[in-house]
Amino acid sequence: MVCTDNIDFTIPLQPAADRRMIKFVLMVNRQGQTRLSRYYHSVELSRRAALEADVVRYCLSRKKDQCSFVEYKDFKVVYRQYAALYIVVGITDSENELSIYELVHNFVEVLDKYFSRVSVYFSLQSELDIMFNLDRVHIILDEMIQNGHIVETNKSRILAPLTAIDKMVES
Amino acid sequence: MALKIVKGSIDRMFDKNLQDLVRGIRNHKEDEAKYISTCIDEIKQELKQDNIAVKANAVCKLTYLQMLGYDVSWAAFNIVEVMSSSKFTYKRIGYLAASQCFHENTDVIMLTTNQIRKDLSSPNQYDTGVALTGLSCFVTPDLARDLANDIMTLMSHTKPYIRKKAVLIMYKVFLKYPESLRPAFPRLKEKLEDPDPGVQSAAVNVICELARRNPKNYLSLAPLFFKLMTSSTNNWVLIKIIKLFGALTPLEPRLGKKLIEPLTNLIHRSFSSRVLIFIRFVFLNLLIKNCSHSDVIVSFCYITVLISLSSGMPNHSASIQVMKYLGLLAMSKILKTHPKSVQSHKDLILQCLDDKDESIRLRALDLLYGMVSKKNLMEIVKKLMIHVDKAEGTTYRDELLTKIIDICSQSNYQYITNFEWYISILVELTRLEGTRHGHLIASQMLDVAIRVKAIRAFAVAQMATLLDNAHLLTGNMQRNGICEVLYAAAWICGEFSEHLENPVQTLEAMLRPKVATLPGHIQAVYVQNAAKLFATILKNQEGNTDSTAAQETSQLMIDRLPLFVQSANLEVQERASCILQLVKYIQKLQQKDVEVAEEVSALFAGELNPVAPKAQKKVPVPEGLDLDAWINEPPSESESEDEQPKAIFTKEEPKHSRPRHTEVDEKELARRREARKQEQANNPFYIKASPSSQKVYQETPGVEHIPVVQIDLSVPLKVPGLPMSDQYVKLEEERRQKERAEKKKKEKKKRKEKRSGRGKKHDSGPESEEDITPAHVVDIVTEEMPENALPSDDDDKDPNDPHKALDIDLDKPLADSEKLPVRSHRAAGAPKSPAEDGEAENATPQEPKKKSSKEKRDKKKDKERDRKVRLRCWKHSPPSGRKSDSRSAQSEGRTKSSKHKKKKQKKEKEEKEKKKKKKHHHHHHHSDGGGEESVQNGTVEEEEPLPVSVCDIQGNLQDGSQVVVSVIFENKSDSFLKSMEFNVLDSLNSKLQRPEGSGPHDGLTVPFQLPPGVSNEARFVFTVQSIVMPQKLKGTLTFIVKDSSTHEKLDFKLHFTCTSYLITTPCYSDAFAKLLESGDLKSSSVRLEGVNMPFHHLLARICFHHHFSVVERIDSCASMYSRSIQGHHVCLLVKTSGQTVSIDAKCDEPTLLGNVLDEIKQTFSQC
Repeated sequence: MVCTDNIDFTIPLQPAADRRMIKFVLMVNRQGQTRLSRYYHSVELSRRAALEADVVRYCLSRKKDQCSFVEYKDFKVVYRQYAALYIVVGITDSENELSIYELVHNFVEVLDKYFSRVSVYFSLQSELDIMFNLDRVHIILDEMIQNGHIVETNKSRILAPLTAIDKMVES
Repeated sequence: MALKIVKGSIDRMFDKNLQDLVRGIRNHKEDEAKYISTCIDEIKQELKQDNIAVKANAVCKLTYLQMLGYDVSWAAFNIVEVMSSSKFTYKRIGYLAASQCFHENTDVIMLTTNQIRKDLSSPNQYDTGVALTGLSCFVTPDLARDLANDIMTLMSHTKPYIRKKAVLIMYKVFLKYPESLRPAFPRLKEKLEDPDPGVQSAAVNVICELARRNPKNYLSLAPLFFKLMTSSTNNWVLIKIIKLFGALTPLEPRLGKKLIEPLTNLIHRSFSSRVLIFIRFVFLNLLIKNCSHSDVIVSFCYITVLISLSSGMPNHSASIQVMKYLGLLAMSKILKTHPKSVQSHKDLILQCLDDKDESIRLRALDLLYGMVSKKNLMEIVKKLMIHVDKAEGTTYRDELLTKIIDICSQSNYQYITNFEWYISILVELTRLEGTRHGHLIASQMLDVAIRVKAIRAFAVAQMATLLDNAHLLTGNMQRNGICEVLYAAAWICGEFSEHLENPVQTLEAMLRPKVATLPGHIQAVYVQNAAKLFATILKNQEGNTDSTAAQETSQLMIDRLPLFVQSANLEVQERASCILQLVKYIQKLQQKDVEVAEEVSALFAGELNPVAPKAQKKVPVPEGLDLDAWINEPPSESESEDEQPKAIFTKEEPKHSRPRHTEVDEKELARRREARKQEQANNPFYIKASPSSQKVYQETPGVEHIPVVQIDLSVPLKVPGLPMSDQYVKLEEERRQKERAEKKKKEKKKRKEKRSGRGKKHDSGPESEEDITPAHVVDIVTEEMPENALPSDDDDKDPNDPHKALDIDLDKPLADSEKLPVRSHRAAGAPKSPAEDGEAENATPQEPKKKSSKEKRDKKKDKERDRKVRLRCWKHSPPSGRKSDSRSAQSEGRTKSSKHKKKKQKKEKEEKEKKKKKKHHHHHHHSDGGGEESVQNGTVEEEEPLPVSVCDIQGNLQDGSQVVVSVIFENKSDSFLKSMEFNVLDSLNSKLQRPEGSGPHDGLTVPFQLPPGVSNEARFVFTVQSIVMPQKLKGTLTFIVKDSSTHEKLDFKLHFTCTSYLITTPCYSDAFAKLLESGDLKSSSVRLEGVNMPFHHLLARICFHHHFSVVERIDSCASMYSRSIQGHHVCLLVKTSGQTVSIDAKCDEPTLLGNVLDEIKQTFSQC
């Protein structure tokens, strides 16, 4: 509860031009460094940093036994922690929180399946895996979420294009 | 050695990939910024290389840097380059970067249209997939319009992977380009029954989103969704479907009954699947209000929610917290339809306020807002006040504070029975430390004091105390948010000073030196209200025989005010010096024993009434007033154009001088003053100075209609020190009990008495809302509204709602005009419908004859010839902007040929029109006139959704390597077109000549504007290097439609055929023979079969369409000649036998010859 006092609530967020369901997906480590970010509505670059810092600080300040939903200004944040990594998803009010909560887990399971080392509990090594293979993680994410909507949740289907790419690179 | 190091570092530079970058950043923790800036420099170097692999690697790194928050927009063009790589691994990186960095305003997006289209139609499904994914991130209205058709085609792709993505991205396209919804909808509907579940779920997603806007459209899909719901096992899809049904059930009550069974089944099933969908079911069930059975389910679900809530109490593991949160969320939905059942769980919810999780507390607070009633308001607020004291962290405390105020003030203070209690709550809230909501409290105080007349005396007393203790509020600079309250306090004390117990003391408090440390706007209010107080005091004291008290007060003012006169704040300074002078004058009068109180208080007479925020909007427009009409005639466009240049060159005095403002005589002024007064009297917004305004206030509807019961006041009006709201709670309880007892007594007597409460009444329970009567005679002054205010329900419509555009009636049959723009329209030679061809053909036969006769007549005098191709294309004007969309622009070519005379170097043109079939762009020509040539065909394709113009384009070429194209612009729309810009995409060979200093992509301004129905001609010069090949130039015309002031774009193509470079040149037979003998010419020949026309017609045709002249003709054999603008000789020998025509040709440029012959062949093949 200590950090919440410092949050600047005045940072103007780009008005949600259209009400997509998922606004952004972030992966951050415990130090608050962004490891992956994907926006489904355009936010100015300058505002992104502030927004991320704000949201992340808010999530990091929460204890483990607190619930995974945070209301932040005009939208909600669903986050889950996996060891050193936090996955933070911004959603609009009308989105189902629980479905996103489960989606995050699904995403981690897919990463787990692909990188095999990630495991449900991220380790430092897995954080590196994600950083080094940022483009691949993006492909996975794009397979799952498009346009701010969930497209695919079947693990093998999600990984199909990626395996095809890997084969292509090898050959 | 040194060389080796350099070489090594260069190698490393190009080797550094994403991994190295990441590692590097981690290793340079202390000078990260510096390291990254060197990296960016390296990347810039890499981007300059031609190697696409290096570029892709660089772009990949940029994507990472962009994520870290570095601006990489400078590399946008390189990203496009990588996107267009043919290798998938690179293309993917390009698209990823694009989707991360591009946004709607990125200008390079324009360049990507064709690349994306290519990728969309790529045989590799991953190419298509990556393009679709990328597109979803940066689609612009332009892209959406251009690609809508391609994406729609992809919706029926063989691969489900593509279908799925295409369906989803269509939603984005609909948002950006709503016209595409109607044509695409049938296909979208089909996708609901797609064999692939992924595609199904995508379609469900899209329709679910669409249905938010106009659910009625989607009612017909209900059976389909019903089927999906029972068959689908994907929880995420189920959630969407159920949400959709939630939107549909209010429209079709029968649907509700049908849903019960499958929903119950699902609920049972979902218990195992982590209660995932369950919560949403609750919401849905509540929507099925018409169905009595559903109550069973409601209570069933509801109990489960409660279980999840209460079972979570002792155990605080995260997932239980999650359930709790969702339970509360569900409750807030239940509250809307079944408030009673939630209200009975008040304690449980209040308990949640103690939860250590802020999210849960906030949810609980939300719930409380909806739960309050007259009965429990005081209790709930009391609990909240306790929480306010306990709360850690200002954020949460502020949230609590606003919630308390929200809860109390909701629906026009509907639930407040005792305003003294409310005022004391507000005063208690001022003691909060570090809140930033001081202004909120202040505005509540003002609102209550102004609108509830009965409370004023009490409020004034409280405010006086506040002012007296102002040092408590301002003592700590950290708490400056709260000093806003003093603003309200000062104003209330000043305005309602007649209620003050001890005005002098308050005045003294308001003029303390400490006040000068307050913010300027508050000081200003202090000063002004000190004057008001002063007026009241004077009035009170004047009656006394002893005038010294009054004079002492004046002296106090004069002593203290100079402090404010020195204020840095202009407002304070101004008011203070004004009032200081006034007081000094009053003092003078007082010393002469003049009675001044009346005059002074007249300064502040009158009452300020609250005005409803929407009042202005609701003033009805008086009959006969047309707000859109011009008051004066608008200055005509042409006038200003004509006159302005004159003013520049002549030094005349400007004609329209302004001495309109002549002196108006006194009478006139008086008359105007009178008129203005009259007007003000009728103006509801003008706050009148006369006390008669009170009357208006009394008459305000609403006040009279509230029946009020007189009750003995049991509450002490004066509370010493700061009040404790708790006292009120107790008192209220007692009062209610007393009342109940009274009521019983009365019932015994069987005498009914009318009771009342303000606001809506709910009949319930033994102690119903209406039994609780307000403790005070309370008028809530309704906000003033203008007379005859129009009731308007459109207030809640948000004009910025992006979905508004999607409010389209999908049941209407698709009109022809609503087809999606198809790419093939861009191509000039696109096959035309038979009808059009027929039309063109019909026009053809007579025309050439007419022409040829004219040509012959003109032959002798003609020196120059102009040939113009007129192309026509039209658009359907849609009935309204909303339903419009771009439809296939159809075009028809009309050839206009004209001749020009040349006299004394001046061209006088006389145009004769000739119609010609669209598809061939060849021109007969048989004249010996020199110097002119040209033909182009332009196709104009219109894609704009607004009704715009039809443009005709004519072309004309001139000598040398320069070609003059004259274009006729014809405005066929009803709007005025201006700021037209003509631009052609230069090719290597042909360039549009632009004025010096303008860039190669700048457009040329068309030097005129077009009123509706007017056409005008503009000429553009092109430079052509090689003339041996025909070519097409793409161009665009942009213009502004004046009425809508939107930018419109018109695409067209200019077709330069080889024939157009030929000049009709006379040649004598002996020179012709010499030319053939010289042996410099290459020969070629063609054979035309089935030409069924007289030989002289055939010759005339070649002459006319292809700019040849006949040298000699012997029976069925003729020799012809022409010359190109670059001096190539072209000789033909045309022979005919039966239906076969053979043409032997010679030319010094074989390519040119081949093309000319091809064009001739085409001319005849189309006859």
